[in-house]
Amino acid sequence: MSLKKISKDQPENFKFNSKSLIAAEKVISNYPEGKQQSAVMALLYIAQRQNDNWIPLASMKYIAKMLNMPYIKVYEVATFYTMYNLAPVGEYFFQVCTTTPCMLRGAYKLVDVCKKKICKNESKLSKDGKSSWMEVECLGACVNAPMIQINDDYFEDLDPQKLGKIIDQINNNQKPVPGSYRGRLSAEPENIRKTLLDNNNA
Amino acid sequence: MLKDEDRIFKNLYNDLGADLVSSKKRGDWIKTKEICEKGREWIINEVKTSELRGRGGAGFPTGLKWSFAPKEVGSRPHYLVINADESEPGTCKDRDILRFEPQKLIEGCLITSFAVNAHTCYIYIRGEYFKEGQILQKAIDEAYAEGLIGKNSSGTDWDLDIYIHYGAGAYICGEETALLESLEGKKGQPRLKPPFPALIGLYGCPTIINNVETISVVPTILRRGGKWFSSLGRSKNTGTKIYCISGNVNNPCNVEEEMGIPLKDLIEKHAGGVVGGWDNLKAVIPGGSSMPLLPKKICDTIKMDFDACVENKTGLGTAGIIVINNDQDIIKCMARIARFYKHESCGQCTPCREGSGWMWRMLERMAKGDATRDEVDMLMDVTKQIEGHTICAFGEGSAWPVQGLIRHFKDEIIERNKFDPIVKQKKDIPYLVDQHLLEKENA
Ligand SMILES: Cc1cc2nc3c(=O)[nH]c(=O)nc-3n(C[C@H](O)[C@H](O)[C@H](O)COP(=O)(O)O)c2cc1C
Ligand code: SF4
Ligand code: FES
Repeated sequence: MSLKKISKDQPENFKFNSKSLIAAEKVISNYPEGKQQSAVMALLYIAQRQNDNWIPLASMKYIAKMLNMPYIKVYEVATFYTMYNLAPVGEYFFQVCTTTPCMLRGAYKLVDVCKKKICKNESKLSKDGKSSWMEVECLGACVNAPMIQINDDYFEDLDPQKLGKIIDQINNNQKPVPGSYRGRLSAEPENIRKTLLDNNNA
Repeated sequence: MLKDEDRIFKNLYNDLGADLVSSKKRGDWIKTKEICEKGREWIINEVKTSELRGRGGAGFPTGLKWSFAPKEVGSRPHYLVINADESEPGTCKDRDILRFEPQKLIEGCLITSFAVNAHTCYIYIRGEYFKEGQILQKAIDEAYAEGLIGKNSSGTDWDLDIYIHYGAGAYICGEETALLESLEGKKGQPRLKPPFPALIGLYGCPTIINNVETISVVPTILRRGGKWFSSLGRSKNTGTKIYCISGNVNNPCNVEEEMGIPLKDLIEKHAGGVVGGWDNLKAVIPGGSSMPLLPKKICDTIKMDFDACVENKTGLGTAGIIVINNDQDIIKCMARIARFYKHESCGQCTPCREGSGWMWRMLERMAKGDATRDEVDMLMDVTKQIEGHTICAFGEGSAWPVQGLIRHFKDEIIERNKFDPIVKQKKDIPYLVDQHLLEKENA
């Protein structure tokens, strides 16, 4: 089990803006009548998106009211799942996968790059306040290891130099391109493909 | 090697495009109506004939599972739930189905929903697969627009709604009852079984839960016949399977192959061989991190199917093959896997919650050579106390890899940790202290 830190600085109030409200209503309608609690995970995401990528306690109270469920139940969900940030993270949030398949291909060298170029400590903001990084468990792209996730995007087939360049790009306000950094289309075997040879890319 | 024409996932590498028009060109949604017209009985029987076994890890016969759903809908509606949580380290096959072959999954959802009397289907995707989820949502929207699903889906007279539900980074939500809890908006903590979800599942209603790959192969099986599928592989281990080959190979990849292909063929032919050559192979984890590893000697000959793996005291699991060569420290590799399980335990059962941390800390010390000789047996004992004493199979999933390590590499561990027992050394080592709390702030 993992522990999660909750931010000491908390806003007093929270309300969905109109865009969030529309999204929330749509999600709630995905579930049967009386089962609106099912939408709590999606609503926490919506709150996170609206609030610079972290979830304040006030929003949990707001969501609890909206779904007609006890606040503590929302709190339980928000603290159980790792993808809910309960304290501010960087605008660019680097999640480095270090589980064994990635580790075998050098994931810890990527961690070193993050330590050097973003911040010495995990889950702390960089000096310019723009980025933070964290070690995470398998992200389900092991065949393209080592890889990292930056916000919603996967960056695959990396090495320390390539990750260094990605961080430089972000620091220079450029947008790095997600996907494979060895030019692979997907999870095909590089250069030695023996299957589906009638397809156009083979 | 499997012939290309027998591969189900023609767009595994996204050569052809994932949109509906391209999908139809490669055979999706052909005569879906006619398939459903043959009736539920026929569909379930054909899937039984194919001997398809679940691709989510446990290998349960799919046709049999469907037949557990009540034949008639009573006062409670039925649900179909698709498990796209894919978080088992070493596994990344469902991701490629979601992003490159979404129509196969959606068509499978329709046929399965029809067969088990469900009008609502939830697809539970791990939260990190946000982009894949968006692609799937687009595919679902396309299918609605064409009338393939929705009211009177594909002209079958069957109404079906499909919704995506995102997880939020918890491996345990791949366990089917934890997944249901999570769908209901709670912490993902597994339920005691029985009752089984087929009778009491989502919102207390009959629910069939299947893996993405399982459901995605169903339309092709029904079009080409259960006999075709069962002619591939061998009895009880039939059909094709997407293998994910990661770790110390020259060309890591996903590939769809016939069930029962030799492990060596997969690694040498498809993944470009072990880095440093076959003789540099140390061990292979054959089925995602939960399955015990195999030393090189067994890898030389083993065939990759459910029963052959069980005969070798491991499992096919998700077919996520993790290759480890001699340049790696095998104890460290397994310690990292133990850390994964410590991080992901849901915390309900004491043996799992505490034991996963024990195993991790002991393995970390063994990797450093800081343990004593007798601790190897103590570690084995810890695994035995977890195995079989927990609510869900996560307990086994965390204990088995450690058992595999001890089974095959005990000598190596002892070689590194050959000190006398602590009591004999009369050393004051505070080894019951929770080391991890001292070492790592957020452990
Ligand atoms: C700890 C744990 C994690 C699991 N994770 C997954 C998963 O990520 N995806 C999956 O399809 N099945 C997973 N399973 C297996 C499911 O519980 C269930 O058996 C499976 O979804 C059934 O589908 P199938 O019959 O099509 O294989 C997991 C099981 C356990 C015990
Ligand atoms: S075995 Fe572990 S993961 Fe499963 S219910 Fe018990 S504590 Fe939770
Ligand atoms: S181990 Fe890194 S993506 Fe699976």
